[in-house]
Amino acid sequence: MLGFLIRRIIQSVIVMLAVALIAFMMFRFMGDPVNSMVPEHATEQERAEVRERLGLDQPLFVQYGRFIARAATGDFGLSWRNARPVSTLLAERFPATAELVLVAAVLSLVVGIPLGIYTALRPHSFNAQTLQFLSLVGISLPTFVTGILLILVFSVWLGWLPSFGRGEVIDIGWWSTGFLTASGLKALILPSIMLCLFQLTLLMRLVRAEMMEVLRTDYIKFAKARGLSDRAINFRHALRNTLIPVITIFGLQLGGLIAFAIITETVFQWPGMGALFIQAVNFGDVPVMAAYLVLVSFIFVVINTSVDLLYASIDPRLRVDDAGPAGGGH
Amino acid sequence: MSTSTLSRVWDSDLAWSFRHSKTALISSVLLVVLFGAAIFAPQLATQNPFNIAELELWNSELPPFWVEGGSRDFLLGTDVQARDVYSSILYGLRLSLIVGFASVILAAVIGISLGLLGGFVGGTVDAVIMRFADVLLSFPAILVALLVNGIARGILPPSQHQDAAIYVLILAIGLTNWVQYARTVRGSTMVERGKEYVQAARINGISGPGIMFSHIMPNVMGPVLVIATINLGMAVLTEATLSFLGVGMPATQPSLGTLIRIGNEYLFSGIWWVVIFPSIVLVVLVLSVNLLGDWLRDALNPKLR
Repeated sequence: MLGFLIRRIIQSVIVMLAVALIAFMMFRFMGDPVNSMVPEHATEQERAEVRERLGLDQPLFVQYGRFIARAATGDFGLSWRNARPVSTLLAERFPATAELVLVAAVLSLVVGIPLGIYTALRPHSFNAQTLQFLSLVGISLPTFVTGILLILVFSVWLGWLPSFGRGEVIDIGWWSTGFLTASGLKALILPSIMLCLFQLTLLMRLVRAEMMEVLRTDYIKFAKARGLSDRAINFRHALRNTLIPVITIFGLQLGGLIAFAIITETVFQWPGMGALFIQAVNFGDVPVMAAYLVLVSFIFVVINTSVDLLYASIDPRLRVDDAGPAGGGH
Repeated sequence: MSTSTLSRVWDSDLAWSFRHSKTALISSVLLVVLFGAAIFAPQLATQNPFNIAELELWNSELPPFWVEGGSRDFLLGTDVQARDVYSSILYGLRLSLIVGFASVILAAVIGISLGLLGGFVGGTVDAVIMRFADVLLSFPAILVALLVNGIARGILPPSQHQDAAIYVLILAIGLTNWVQYARTVRGSTMVERGKEYVQAARINGISGPGIMFSHIMPNVMGPVLVIATINLGMAVLTEATLSFLGVGMPATQPSLGTLIRIGNEYLFSGIWWVVIFPSIVLVVLVLSVNLLGDWLRDALNPKLR
């Protein structure tokens, strides 16, 4: 287990170094930072001085090392677009994205898993068949089309819910939350539905497939033969084994939620990091793009690594990485 | 083609499975209609939406013909610049499919080459390619595509953004989607590498690249077709998403995604038709490609027979 842990962490560090290298190359080779810092008619000598002051005359790997050292403290320089520190921009936007992703993740778990269990236990009922069909549609609809339809129905035609922004937010320290006001909560409804819909349908289909497989196994038959109640069989025995792969997929999809938040934030003009990133892509604003890349990759790597470690500690069959071939499993 | 080859094709397992699958039949009919519409867009369109001379502003914001106030000249209505929605969709569909096909080809070429190389050469080369593929795969495709797009925009001068948009898109989507091809091709290449015909080719003194491309490649192409089909749906969707986000095709050359973005801006004026019809076409296109891909995967999988 310790060997697995160490190897997994080394792997994550390598991924982060590679991401940092991409970010560094973007800084180094997209536009010359010296041009933006010296007066227009600077002499070659003045340019060389600036170059030296910025450390651009050093070997590339030294510059790369410095870049990592600065990135580790959150220093990505100034945004080219509005000349403010990138770290401040991201910190301002982070709460909005975090709250949206959190609500969407909880929603997809709380709705997706029960629906999956229901469709697995009553696969031939009319409701289950309808849900199964709807989930196919849900998976095929492009997320931005879902968002537009939600706005069209609930904001334009019915006028029930707001279609843009976060509503009123309350500042708690540097964190601005929309959870504490009525308008903030109302503003969360449509974006979080749009963001969670894909994950929700995915979770539902996954739980259904896994559960149906588990229900066919011998130990469930044996539990039935022992005369255990349906309730005990379904929830104590079957569900537990169903949820192991579900946890993994959900963990990995959490990263997907952050990426898809880019689209949701554009549709609903949600003032989060994704919207900031899109603006940066549009303007070729390298510092913001690089910082977003590093931050999001860091979140991904942390999630992926912890899911792997969690998985290994839940399911002993996966720990055989160190000794002999893996047995069984899904 | 002689009659016997025709009947052989007709009697093949694949054709039999095709004739007996409702999903395959329906989705391929839909695809033929959509591809036809894209190819013959200039003939089928009632107006050239890019020709400003044909646009007359008093025809703007007309609803579809069956709604009160609509006109038979503009079947699906017009947008705020008096562009016919039906004609814009035809041209948009065309661009979406061009970007889709081109990026699928790019991804396949990159993926097949790297997969062959990794599987054939093995060792460090293989390890580096596959590690890189793993990392790429752990990031959501849309994020990678956005990043490539952003880098390209950063390198190009702003004046060329519009003209280069289509190439940037193809590059961004192609560079995102090659991993699946590489993994599959690598796997089958490793199997093929040990076979007798490869040894025979080696003994005959054929060079490494020669063996890779003219002997192994034809034998590992089967699954590539399935991946390419499913990939086309993904590529069209990614293109639409990027264009919707405003970093894809410009408004002067709108793809389906751009049309949806333009329509979205006027959602609150009650002009629903500008956004709904391109969305329907996009969904039908992606759904039929995906259903056909699913069918093809099952039909070519011997385990399911």
